[in-house]
Formats: sequence, C-alpha cells, structure tokens
Amino acid sequence: MAIPADQVPVIELSGVTKSFGPVDVLKGVSLTAYAGKVTALVGDNGAGKSTLIKGLAGVQPYDNGVVKFNGEVVTLHSPRDASSLGIEVVYQDLALCENLDIVQNMFLGREEMGLGTLEEGVMEREAAETLQSLSVRTVKSVRQKVSSLSGGQRQTVAIARSVLKKAKLVILDEPTAALGVAQTEQVLHLVRRLADSGVAVIIISHNLVDVFQVADYISVLYLGQMVANVETADTNNSDIIGYITGSKTFEGATA
Amino acid sequence: MTTPIDTSSPAEADKAPNSASRITTTATSNLAVTIIGTGQEGSVRDQFAGYFSRVRGGDMGALPALGGFLVLSILFANLNPYFLTTLNMANLFQQAGTLMMLSMALVFVILIAEIDLSAGVTSGVAAGVFVLLVNTYKFEWVAALVISFVVGVSIGSLIGFFVAKIGVPSFVVTLGLFLGLQGLQLVLLGEGGLYRVETPQILSIMNDSMEPWAGWLMLVIVVVVAFGMGMWDRVRRTKAGVTNRPMALLWIRVGAIAVGLGVVVYLLNLNRSVSVKAIMGVPYVIPISLVILFIGTFILDRTRFGRHLYAVGGNPEAARRAGIKVTQVRILAFMACSFLAVVSGIFDASRIGSVDSGSGKTLVLSGVAAAVVGGVSLFGGRGRLSNAVIGAFVIAVIDNGLGLLGLPSGVNYLVTGGVLVLAATVDAISRKRAGGGQLRT
Repeated sequence: MAIPADQVPVIELSGVTKSFGPVDVLKGVSLTAYAGKVTALVGDNGAGKSTLIKGLAGVQPYDNGVVKFNGEVVTLHSPRDASSLGIEVVYQDLALCENLDIVQNMFLGREEMGLGTLEEGVMEREAAETLQSLSVRTVKSVRQKVSSLSGGQRQTVAIARSVLKKAKLVILDEPTAALGVAQTEQVLHLVRRLADSGVAVIIISHNLVDVFQVADYISVLYLGQMVANVETADTNNSDIIGYITGSKTFEGATA
Repeated sequence: MTTPIDTSSPAEADKAPNSASRITTTATSNLAVTIIGTGQEGSVRDQFAGYFSRVRGGDMGALPALGGFLVLSILFANLNPYFLTTLNMANLFQQAGTLMMLSMALVFVILIAEIDLSAGVTSGVAAGVFVLLVNTYKFEWVAALVISFVVGVSIGSLIGFFVAKIGVPSFVVTLGLFLGLQGLQLVLLGEGGLYRVETPQILSIMNDSMEPWAGWLMLVIVVVVAFGMGMWDRVRRTKAGVTNRPMALLWIRVGAIAVGLGVVVYLLNLNRSVSVKAIMGVPYVIPISLVILFIGTFILDRTRFGRHLYAVGGNPEAARRAGIKVTQVRILAFMACSFLAVVSGIFDASRIGSVDSGSGKTLVLSGVAAAVVGGVSLFGGRGRLSNAVIGAFVIAVIDNGLGLLGLPSGVNYLVTGGVLVLAATVDAISRKRAGGGQLRT
C-alpha cells in the first residue's frame, strides 16, 4: 500500500522556509496530501505546524520553497489565492457567528443572490444537501442558531462550510481538541467521509489515538523540519512519539 | 478502492492501537440519507409550538416591549380618560416619530456593537443646515434637504473612518463629535439663534394629515406589499425545492396587519378636533416612517450588506475570515445611522417649527434606550428595526401618559430610566437562558 506513484498530490510542498526575524520556524519542509486521503500533521508545540498551515491558507506566505497544487506551481500570497484554488481551513476557534443560523454561517461571505436579494431557499437546500452528503445526523434543522449548538455540532458546521464550495483540500486544525468522547467519534467519522468524498484532508492533532484512527499518512514536524512521512499502517504509536520528541529518527524512505 | 485496514502486514505488539477500530466508511455510506429539517415544516400548530419554545428558550424579541406598551396603555387609559382619545393617539404618533427615527438610526450601529452618541446632534446640525440654507441663502427647499442629507452622511462616514480604519473606539469618537458638533451648531446658527421652519412641505410632515381616502389607500398598499412579499418568498422557496410554512400563517400575518393598521387608520380618519375646524386623517409622518421602516428592514433581512452587518456584530473575526470587508461594512453602518438621524432631525424641526442651536442634543440617549427597550442587544448582532419602533412607542407612551397626568418631569425621567433598566434586565436574563437553558447534545 505504498503511495500510488501515478497519483499527483493535491498539494505538494518542497523546501518551504519561513522565518520571523532571527527565528527560523520552518527550515525546508516538504509535505504532500492526496485526494481521498487523510494526512495527519503532528508535532510538539513550537514545531511549526501552525506556521505551515498559515502558509497554505495564504495568511502568512512562505519565504521560500515550491508549492505545487495538482502538479502545478502556484503562489499563495493571500487567503483569496488559497480559496480560489479550493483550499479551505477550519481553524481551532471555529470562526462562526453565534447570532446567525447554520445556513447563514455556511454561506457567510459567499451568499447566493437573486435579483439583488438573498436566495434563502437555494442556500437552505444546498446547506442541507451538504450536511446530508456528510451523513450528518446530529443536526435537526439547518435554521438552528449556532448559539444553540454543541461543540461537536459547531465543528460539524465549520467542516460542512469548508466543503460547501467543492473544496479540493481541507485543513483541520485540532478539530477534536475541545470535544468529548462521543463528539470526537462523530467528528472523526465526518473527517473520514470528507476524505472518501474525494477531498484531500490535512488534520492537525495532538491526540495520537485520533490520528491513528483516522489518518492514512502521518507527517511529523520536529523543530521546523519534517522528520517523518509515513503511512499509518506501517508505523505505531511509540515510533511516532519518538519522532515527535526527537528521540527517534525515521529511517524509512519518504514518499 | 483500497481498504485502510491491512491485516496481512506483520503484526507487532504495539501496532497502530486498536486497528480494528480504525474508521472506515463502508459501514456508514450505505445508510439512508437523513432528512435535515429547515424549521419550516409542519402544521400551523407545529409552527406556533416552535415559536413558543424559541420564546421560552430566551429568544423573546420585542415581546416584553409589546407587553410593556399594552400594560402602560391600559394603566394610563384608566388614570386619564383623555389618553384614549383619537386626538391623543395622533399626538402619540407625532411625539414618537422623531424618537422612533433616531432609534432606527441607532440600530444600524448597535447591531455591529458600536454606538453613535453624536446621532442626536448630527440630526440637529443637518436641520440647522437646512433652515439656514432656506431662510438665509434662499435655497430651494429640495436642494437644501439634499445638502443636509449630504452633510449628515459625511459626518457618518467621518465617524466610520475613525472607528473602522483607525481603530478609535466609537464611544470616544462620537463623544468628541457630540461636543464638536454642538459647537458647529452654535457657529452656524449663532448664540441663542433660532430659525423658523418656513417650508410648508416640511412643516406638514408632523402637523398635517392625509385625506381620509389616502389613509385607506395606504392600508391597501401595506396589505398588498405584505402579502406580495410573503408570496414572493414562497415562490422562490418552491423554485429552490424547499418546504414552505403553511399558507395559513401568511394569511394570519396579513390579516393581523390589515386589522391592526385598519383600526388605526379608521380611528385617525375620525374627526379628532376639539374646536370647529375639523382635523381628520392619518398624519403624514406615519406613511413616511412606514416606507423607511420597510426599506431598512428589506436591507437588513434580504441583502448581502444586511447579512454582513449581523455577521460583523456577531463575530467580526469570523466575518473577516469569511472574506467580508469588515471595515467597509462598519463605515456603511455609521453612514446609514447618520442618514436616518438626518430624517429624525427634519421630523423634529417639523414638529417644533423651528431649529435652534441646541436641537437634537438631549435625544440620543432616549434613542438608545428605545432600541434597548425594544429588544435590540447592545452587544451587537441581535435586533431589528421594528424593535426600535416598538421601543420608541414605549418611551413615548410614558412621556405622553405622565404628561397627561400632570406629573412633574422628574417622575417622567425616573419612570423612563426604570423601564430601561428593566428592559436591559429582561434581555440579560433571556440571554442567560438562551445560553444555558437549551439541550446541548
């Protein structure tokens, strides 16, 4: 089950660097993510995960390095560059408006319009269809206010929002960090379905149990360097912990 | 499709923990799709049940204010027989007009969790510019009106620039303008200056009434528009393939509007004069206010700008990440506020018949109070223009009723202040219930 040689990664980073003043946060990082696969990005605090993601989102452009999207070199200088390629980020603080309902949140900033006014019916249907395509069963009505939703439901809405406009790559930042056991399970199932619908998923998590449950590949960042790119089936918990803490070095061939 | 579980790989003791529990989708993908509701399904009874459960959950909107208005009306009607006369009713509309317009203006900035303390003096400056241009510089009144609107909206964009672009708190910017614009008013109109409004069209807004037939025509237009909007929504929803609420609800809604407004028009069309010269008809201020209320509500509920305004009020960071131009939305909100403040300034000038250097100074806090009493949240993101209208009526009815009872004005302030604190308390408690009272699964 090696990575298929003929498949072009949706995103391929190579030699990416980023410094803040004298501090080199990313020191030539490579990362790939494939359509239909979940790639987990793990690493200890300060390893550079957030910086790597912010570069992909276009919020903090990289200093150097090559970014290939579907095999073509692209530049990510602004959030608009990223979203026009179909890169969506679900941040840890979900960035939902509590005073608005699910439909309004999912379509925020990209409302469907007709005759200069909001097409509520169309948005309502598309929101319900998107939630159904992800087999979401925890939401009763798409017109519920987000303030009345639980943490897991909010995560669901945020993820559904990211795939609404046919995203190619969805990046999830700690999607299960604040959730209970049952809700974590629901969200992980959702992540799996997301990947199975053909989207490339990158998931950041500190929780290795979650990572092993859902990821196809695991990439480990250690002090700004990618120390391991490994298939989940070929590794184990203690190896990954070793890579994360730097007590073990990866010897397998990277993809 | 490759299966993620590879049982043939060499088994190790600490192999991926619990590899049997690895999430696969084959298990879930065959399940029947669940239908997610839209809250529009079900019978009339279900819809009412849904509404009441939302109210119990703390989403009360203007209900407390409506209740307060009714209680106060009944109270004053019992205390003073003059309160329920049609003459007093027309008075109440005219007294509420200015406050209502200013309160509607403030809704635009309160919705984005900002404040405009200078809205009152903006209205005064605009009215001052108007009378000055007409009386001293002999401008056509329409041209003068346009210029005073331009002045008002410029003030709004100035506030917006300082708040949204530079980042000065709106409380400070508008407090500064509250003082500065009073100075401007003094400079324009002179120390103790008082200018009579000499434009009959402006004077008639508050002082004259439409012919009785025009009142009925107004009723017909309102009913047709209400029904038309309802049907338009239904047609669009049907085209989009989503369910509609039962048709009966639209009939109930349109029927309630027809009966309610019909009674008002009927009563105002009676002769309410206490002297020989007959006074009858709907005061002009009512149709003007209705048109502005309709346009404002349309913008807030049905346009992209309105949606973004609520989003910025609810969570500016989320709005920014969603690609909304937060700065632009904020500036436009302050401009909308100043625009409606000018309307309220014109209303005030029309009612009093003159403009002086202190016009509009005291009104702004009553405007904020009216919005809050009506159920607009000062924390932003929650509230509608109609809430401000109802809140303005509550404040106006206190003013009117206590005035009829001949109580000293000190009592008026005490009661108004008490009602404001009460309304804010109801808001705080209902928000608590909305936060904690709902089932979280």
